[in-house]
Amino acid sequence: MADTAISVEHLAKRYMITAQHGERGRYVALRDVMASGARRLANRVIHPRRASAQGGSRGMQEFWALDDVSFNIVQGERLGIIGNNGAGKSTLLKVLSRITEPTRGIIRLRGRIASLLEVGTGFHPELTGRENIFLNGAILGMGKQEIRRKFDEIVSFAEVEQFLDTPVKRYSSGMYVRLAFAVAAHLEPEILIVDEVLAVGDAQFQKKCLGKMEEVGRGGRTVLFVSHNMNAIEQLCDTCMLLRKGRLVRHSHDVRGIVKEYLFGEEDGQKPTLWENSGDKFENPYFKPDRLFLCNEEGEQLPNPIRNDEDIFLQVDGTVTKPHSSLALQYTVFCDDGTLLYHSSTIDSAENALANVKQGRVSVRSRIPRRFLNEGDYRIDLTVFLHKVQFITQYGVNAPSVFLSIQGGLTDSSLWSSKRAGLVAPMIPWETIEHEPAVLRSSASATL
Amino acid sequence: MEQFDLVIEAGKGERQYWKDIFRYRELFYFLAWRDILVRYKQTVIGLAWALIRPFVTMVVLSVVFGSFAKMPSGGVPYPLLVYAGMLPWQFFSTALTESSASLVGNANVITKIYFPRLVIPTSAVVVSFIDFLISFLIYIGLMIWYKFLPPLAILFLPVFALLSFSAAIGAGLWFAALTVKYRDFRYIVPFIVQFGIYVSPVGFSSSIVPQKYQLLYMMNPLVGIIDAFRWSLLGTISFPAQSFALSVVMVTLLLGTGILYFRKTERGFADII
Repeated sequence: MADTAISVEHLAKRYMITAQHGERGRYVALRDVMASGARRLANRVIHPRRASAQGGSRGMQEFWALDDVSFNIVQGERLGIIGNNGAGKSTLLKVLSRITEPTRGIIRLRGRIASLLEVGTGFHPELTGRENIFLNGAILGMGKQEIRRKFDEIVSFAEVEQFLDTPVKRYSSGMYVRLAFAVAAHLEPEILIVDEVLAVGDAQFQKKCLGKMEEVGRGGRTVLFVSHNMNAIEQLCDTCMLLRKGRLVRHSHDVRGIVKEYLFGEEDGQKPTLWENSGDKFENPYFKPDRLFLCNEEGEQLPNPIRNDEDIFLQVDGTVTKPHSSLALQYTVFCDDGTLLYHSSTIDSAENALANVKQGRVSVRSRIPRRFLNEGDYRIDLTVFLHKVQFITQYGVNAPSVFLSIQGGLTDSSLWSSKRAGLVAPMIPWETIEHEPAVLRSSASATL
Repeated sequence: MEQFDLVIEAGKGERQYWKDIFRYRELFYFLAWRDILVRYKQTVIGLAWALIRPFVTMVVLSVVFGSFAKMPSGGVPYPLLVYAGMLPWQFFSTALTESSASLVGNANVITKIYFPRLVIPTSAVVVSFIDFLISFLIYIGLMIWYKFLPPLAILFLPVFALLSFSAAIGAGLWFAALTVKYRDFRYIVPFIVQFGIYVSPVGFSSSIVPQKYQLLYMMNPLVGIIDAFRWSLLGTISFPAQSFALSVVMVTLLLGTGILYFRKTERGFADII
């Protein structure tokens, strides 16, 4: 049986939020403490009976970032931690990294922990790349000898050989992030904790990061990985944990299942095929989307699940406030594991549906091809944009979305009975070609 | 039952801490190294500033207290008298100012990485200590200039330097932790430093303090330290046994309570910084 690397029992973390009026904000000023102390003292003298009721309230509220979380992680496990913003993921990592203390509970760890909660922590812009490697390495816990030993590896991983002696403030953001990750990647801890560092950097960098983390994982070390990138989670992790509002909702080897639950599991379970603008969302000078929904040819909203052989239209109702020649709409279909299936846009064809649109209400729609998508759940995001200018809504970031559940109707044939593999299940006809039987026989004898 | 290396529990955390300080010992060096490097890189006269500042202060104080106020100097060139008192004071005041701001200044690291936070204000004191050593070099230059031979007691100087180092750390830990909790503390610190220079024997020698105020005066730990410095560097006074003893007691108290308070509030740093 493999050893337990991390054992967490009934972990809870509480923050006190001050609902304080005025400019001061989060921290306490001595001046305020003294002033309120004096006020309280004065109150006690003037109104001795009323004083006790006041208490020490400055509008403090409790916020439980983590609430009774318990789990065990085995050595060598590669755990992905997912959840909405505010679910408690970063707090969990902070507590495990000993940056902040738990309010309740016990954590037991075996092995050296290294945390990468932010890339480039401790980097000073005035220092050169070389100096920052040492500084950052020391802050992360490496000794001078260790850093010297790994120096060349770090530099070649980051690909900054030429720029080692220039101050880091002159680095491009890509170089900066590569260097920062390179130092952290060579930490060699028994337990590696990584928090959403893939969010920075380009695709090439993300690939390199993932590759390095995979390598760490294969080396028998335990990896805890927080990310919003579901593809990365599925690629790297063999177990997954879902946090919601500070509670541990699921934790198992079923990474795909948990990712799906995160992406699609709304509290009410119903997958809406309609999105309505609650009033003032997406205000901008050009086009405001009012409604997005799936419907039939008559414009009637279709409820989920929908058969594959039905006509499905995606309709957008909106208001044009100022016509713009580059205004365009696009919908993006995502599979339930977060894979982007395809885009379709008003500017795909030369006849732009929005070309001559005038100020005022407008409705646009597009047909989702029949007998094309496979059975399953999909999310459709609406991107409203000015081509090559700006995004008004952006898929994957802040776009209005509807959900599509395809069930049944994939085929008329009785021989195709269960859901087949593949992202799409298009119904494409086959035909036989008429030709001489003799040709067929001779090729057959040739193979014998 | 499996053996675990580390147990994190609410309200506990003492045992690992001192082991960690040892494990992260190189960080003392690295943080001090960073601050010094940055200082030099940012100013043209960076290196020179470490020399200019103590020198100019010494000149001003000599002129004010020696030539204008005509305070007695006990037969030693006035600049030397002033400088000998200024050495430890300069060290203490910059150490205090730097370390109070050190935690808040390193907020970005405190919220993202774990290491014993004691390292931060301590390395600020280390940086000031390096400035102290440079100032001491100037003092040696001054002694040569005045053809002044120091007494044998100068061999005790490292002891007094260590005492002022401890005083700086003790006060620094207190102020660093307090500044995190009460952010406007950083306005109080320069005031304390300003006030301190008048009640410590920097520009004058302790002999002019009236007898009835002597005990109160000696509660200031800097008094014993500065007098001890003067004794070992100049030999104009006999060993200030009373003020030195009181100093040692105060410094021990300061350091001990400083560490305790710091450790107690350290857990909450990342949450409130």
